[in-house]
Amino acid sequence: MRADPADYRYFSPGNLGEALSLLVKDPEQWLPIAGGTDVMVLYSAGKLSHRNLMDIWNIPELRNIEVSSEKLRIGAACTYTELRKHEVVSREFKLLSSAAAWTGGIANQNRGTLGGNIANASPGADSLPALLVYDAELILISVRGERRVPYADFHHGYKKTALAADELIREIILPRRFSGYFVHARKVGARNAQAISKVCLAALGQLQDGKVHDVRIALGSIAPVPLRLYKTESAVCGRKMDGSLIEMARSVVAKEIQPIDDIRSTARYRAEVAGNLVEEFLEKLMAAESSA
Amino acid sequence: MFLRVENLQAKLQGGSCVRDKMNANNMEDTHIVGSSVPRKEGWDKIIGAARYVDDVVLPGMLYGATVRSSIPRGKIKNVLFGPGIAWDEFAIVSAKDIPGKNCISLILDDQPCLAAEHVNHQEEPVLLLAHADPHKLRRAVNAISIECEALPSVHTIEESERQSHIIWGTDNIFKTYLVEKGEVDSVWADAAFIVEGEYLTGAQEQLYIENNGVIASFEPEHGITVWGSLQCPYYVHKALMALCNLPEDKVRVVQMETGGAFGGKEEYPSMIAAHAALLSIKSGHAVKIIYDRAEDMVATTKRHPSRTRHRTAVDKDGKILGGEIDFTIDGGAYATLSSVVLSRGTIHGGGPYYWPSVRIRAKAVATNTPPHGAFRGFGAPQSLFALERHMDRIARVVGISPVEVRRRNFLKPGQSTTTQQVIREQIDLNHLLDRALKLSDYTAKKACFVKQNEMGKRKKGIGIATFLHGAGFTGSGERYLNSLVGLEASADGKVKILVSSAEFGQGTNTVLCQIAAEAMRVPYESVAIARPDTGIVPNSGPTVASRTAMIVGKLVQSAGQEIVKTLAKSVSLPAEYTPEDFSAACQKHIAVHGELKSFARYLAPSDVFWDDEKYRGEAYAAFAWAVYVAEITVDLTTYAVTVDDFVALQEIGKVIHPLLAEGQITGGVAQAIGFALYEKVVWQNGRMINNQMTNYIMPTSVDLPPIRVFFEELGNVHGAHGAKGIGELPMDGPAPAVLSAVEDAIGIPFHFIPLLPEDLFEGVRSASVQHDGSAATRGAP
Amino acid sequence: MSLPTQAGVKAEVSFTINGETKKVLAHPMARLLDVLRNELQLTGTKEGCGEGECGSCSVLLDGLLVNSCLIPVGQMQSANIVTIEGISKRDLGRSIQQAFLECGGAQCGICTPGMILAAVHLLGKKTAPTLEEIREGLAGNLCRCTGYTQIFAAVATAARRTVSR
Repeated sequence: MRADPADYRYFSPGNLGEALSLLVKDPEQWLPIAGGTDVMVLYSAGKLSHRNLMDIWNIPELRNIEVSSEKLRIGAACTYTELRKHEVVSREFKLLSSAAAWTGGIANQNRGTLGGNIANASPGADSLPALLVYDAELILISVRGERRVPYADFHHGYKKTALAADELIREIILPRRFSGYFVHARKVGARNAQAISKVCLAALGQLQDGKVHDVRIALGSIAPVPLRLYKTESAVCGRKMDGSLIEMARSVVAKEIQPIDDIRSTARYRAEVAGNLVEEFLEKLMAAESSA
Repeated sequence: MFLRVENLQAKLQGGSCVRDKMNANNMEDTHIVGSSVPRKEGWDKIIGAARYVDDVVLPGMLYGATVRSSIPRGKIKNVLFGPGIAWDEFAIVSAKDIPGKNCISLILDDQPCLAAEHVNHQEEPVLLLAHADPHKLRRAVNAISIECEALPSVHTIEESERQSHIIWGTDNIFKTYLVEKGEVDSVWADAAFIVEGEYLTGAQEQLYIENNGVIASFEPEHGITVWGSLQCPYYVHKALMALCNLPEDKVRVVQMETGGAFGGKEEYPSMIAAHAALLSIKSGHAVKIIYDRAEDMVATTKRHPSRTRHRTAVDKDGKILGGEIDFTIDGGAYATLSSVVLSRGTIHGGGPYYWPSVRIRAKAVATNTPPHGAFRGFGAPQSLFALERHMDRIARVVGISPVEVRRRNFLKPGQSTTTQQVIREQIDLNHLLDRALKLSDYTAKKACFVKQNEMGKRKKGIGIATFLHGAGFTGSGERYLNSLVGLEASADGKVKILVSSAEFGQGTNTVLCQIAAEAMRVPYESVAIARPDTGIVPNSGPTVASRTAMIVGKLVQSAGQEIVKTLAKSVSLPAEYTPEDFSAACQKHIAVHGELKSFARYLAPSDVFWDDEKYRGEAYAAFAWAVYVAEITVDLTTYAVTVDDFVALQEIGKVIHPLLAEGQITGGVAQAIGFALYEKVVWQNGRMINNQMTNYIMPTSVDLPPIRVFFEELGNVHGAHGAKGIGELPMDGPAPAVLSAVEDAIGIPFHFIPLLPEDLFEGVRSASVQHDGSAATRGAP
Repeated sequence: MSLPTQAGVKAEVSFTINGETKKVLAHPMARLLDVLRNELQLTGTKEGCGEGECGSCSVLLDGLLVNSCLIPVGQMQSANIVTIEGISKRDLGRSIQQAFLECGGAQCGICTPGMILAAVHLLGKKTAPTLEEIREGLAGNLCRCTGYTQIFAAVATAARRTVSR
């Protein structure tokens, strides 16, 4: 343990209003901590630069999951376990519930939160590609009020997000219109559990008369941000789904991603496997829809 | 003589953890030995009451920490103590403070306890600090900078061999061995095939879940007492005597409950104990040093990386005529145990095969890396990996199967090993192989996989490894250890075992108590084992080399028999007695004589001959033999290899405790699967940069297959109840078996480990750019 | 605990631990693991990695399995915490512990408390888990000694006994 707890200030507001007031009073000073599965690792290693922590774990407004006919609203401090257990999430948003099941082990899922994952903005975070393909929308909140940001616009660069210094993520909104889609998610890590992803894919799609009607593909760990493969998607949209389309899609993927060498893996491996995962998705989509 | 331990499948179907025993004619009839009695210290571990070093706090205790080098090689110019720290509150120790010799005494005594003028590896200890507040301590460590003038450093075996920079001795070579048998130079002319290959293994971190830790307390009247997480109390005892310039009776080392070791706590604890001792001497307080995971991984020993080159002359049927083996290991910056690791690797280099002629040239070289050290297998996993991959290569060249090439070369009773040790026991390796193939359904599966692999992205494969492992110290090593074991009976008939053999999960306490109970014909419950404390127990040798059940066990047996003999003589304990009779006899004897103790000293077998100069003769008192079969899947989408099923069949002399024996094998297989597929140490300028559990990958519960364990028992004259050592055996086979299975699955042979998905991908990529239809035969990348 | 603390000032945190209410005075950012071991002398919970990877520090927090090395004690106001010491007092806990002893589930013992907590958590949710579910339930607890085989057997044995009662 390489940090001295005595060096830290700690605030547990217990409600959203007080939390937001503090963020605006001392801008950039307070790091929100929910489940702590990211913050505490840095802290224990003596690598946490913030000295002031604001507990948002017990703020009730951030813990709800609300279902309406058109939307699913997930409080930012909902844990992965809560997501996995929620009936609508596991039925209609399988890409998100699988990602939740892949994030750390059960102990980390009981504490890790979706909002924390988003704010931490690791390009390898498992749930972020799912949010991209589900057209997630974020509600960011501050003393100035609420604003809605399409999740697709949230990440600006490596660990740079649209979140202002005085803002918290309040909710993640998912539109309930993906039930009829074929879904495929896959995470590639160094082992089958408790692994940081080397590449991860979340994808959904629909064919109509053998042609690609709608396809959404997102990958993690192959760029500084989680990436939605818009170019690949438009290259296949409206076209006949067959082997040569899949081959062509692969080549677009290769141009769209920017994987790197790092301590966990190589750029070449990531590029190859990313292509394989997209190919696997499209092949399964083709097979599923043709047997439908 | 076949003993089958029920596998997991059966357990889950409703059998509880009981094994099946079939008594053969010539095996002794035992009641306690051979049954799965409760682990002696098991309940305390299970309820969380077992006391490991970090669970203990002594009054007035300080915490200690180490300031380490941040360059791989250089001259220390200056040590700067930064501002903002009340330095007078700290106990500060440097090399100058060492009362005795500034070294961690082991074999060559070349490793300093604290670097004085030079540093030779990253993370080398330079300074020690102690303070009552661990947070202030951490800040102080961060406030010290060690200014060095960097010198060119050496980081690979090849760089070391080039000798452009001499970093150790006169030639960077810690040790060499030469083994010669027959007429190697004349085998090439008649060879139908000459097969060459190079094989590499990487460093591996022991990754015991309990980090290294120690508490030391110095008092002028008593000397130094050390409580530590360790395997060899007397190694630490010896090192502290030399370091602190104290006599034998002024150093006391006590082993605490130890949370895993695997060799990683064989020699390293002497270093951390030395540091805590020096701080205690300086400060006048007890001092606890506990590493966190990052420090433990970056600064302590790892398995020696290796490079093996084989050149083998083979006849048209695939029989070995002879060969040359070049075996090199990277020892890191100081000699430490490299000569012994080299020795074991060298001797195992020919495996369970008959070599009419062989020349093995082995060397351990220096690099500017934290010294590599003991890790389960101790050189044998490295040389056996190379040999087994080479046997597959020979098979491929000759055009026969991996199974057949082994059959044609297996040692038979009466033949001699590479060191010319004649195999005297009636081991039938063909039978062992047959049985393993049957248990794993090898033949049918292999055929089935060929068909299955025609389609889809998941390719199945099955592969074997056949090997041996010598237990006990090499050659005259046991004679040199001169182990002594004690038993003490008390007036209520309870008996306590006095040994320095440490329990760290492998079952020392349980097995030795079983043997003692069996020897004295008393209940298992009435035998206890003293905590290894050099103030109380004799030196039964280090807890290494798979020697404890076999050699120390035999001494415990003798000492137990001696107690019975003593009672027969002194109080007429009858030939047939009950436990109550035994208790009464103890009481009577002690009333008259005051105590009842017996000691047994190791007696070297008279027919075991070892030539240390020529490296020839009886290397080990006993070999255990094994055939392992790995069934795997290669997923060509992710290039990941998953082990789906594993059969581990071994002949181990005698199974003393079926559950513990099975646990040793499953645990060793798991570690070896990690060695093969998951565990890569990422080096940068001589420093491990993936020193976190997040980035150094060991298998979880969802990464391993069912590991199905089977035993055979041939007995062994040198071991207690015929037992052979088994702790390290399971480390030798899985890696080559897995790589053999990968080759079976995708037709690409790999010759290095760890084999990560990234490596497999590069291999598939290169193979596909080769335009001939056959699989590429690749050596090292 | 609603006002921001000054750095260096401890706060009083009150929670239930193994059925007893306890008040500790600690820095809010002290790790729950350290408070358990150092303030409450409950040394059964172990530190293996400090990064939430090995599970040796597992405890039950309001019935959920968590890694105590990643939890600031400041969040533990009114929490209900159970450690290995408390597990030993419960029927399911005892049953699992007995099975561990019989099946060789503990070798060096350092991962064992965390592993047993994970097993209690699993069997509390699934009374008759398949082998796959046992593996998944224990995937956050690393064991270096056993290769997990005998641990699975222990959990399966405990499950069978619990069901048959």
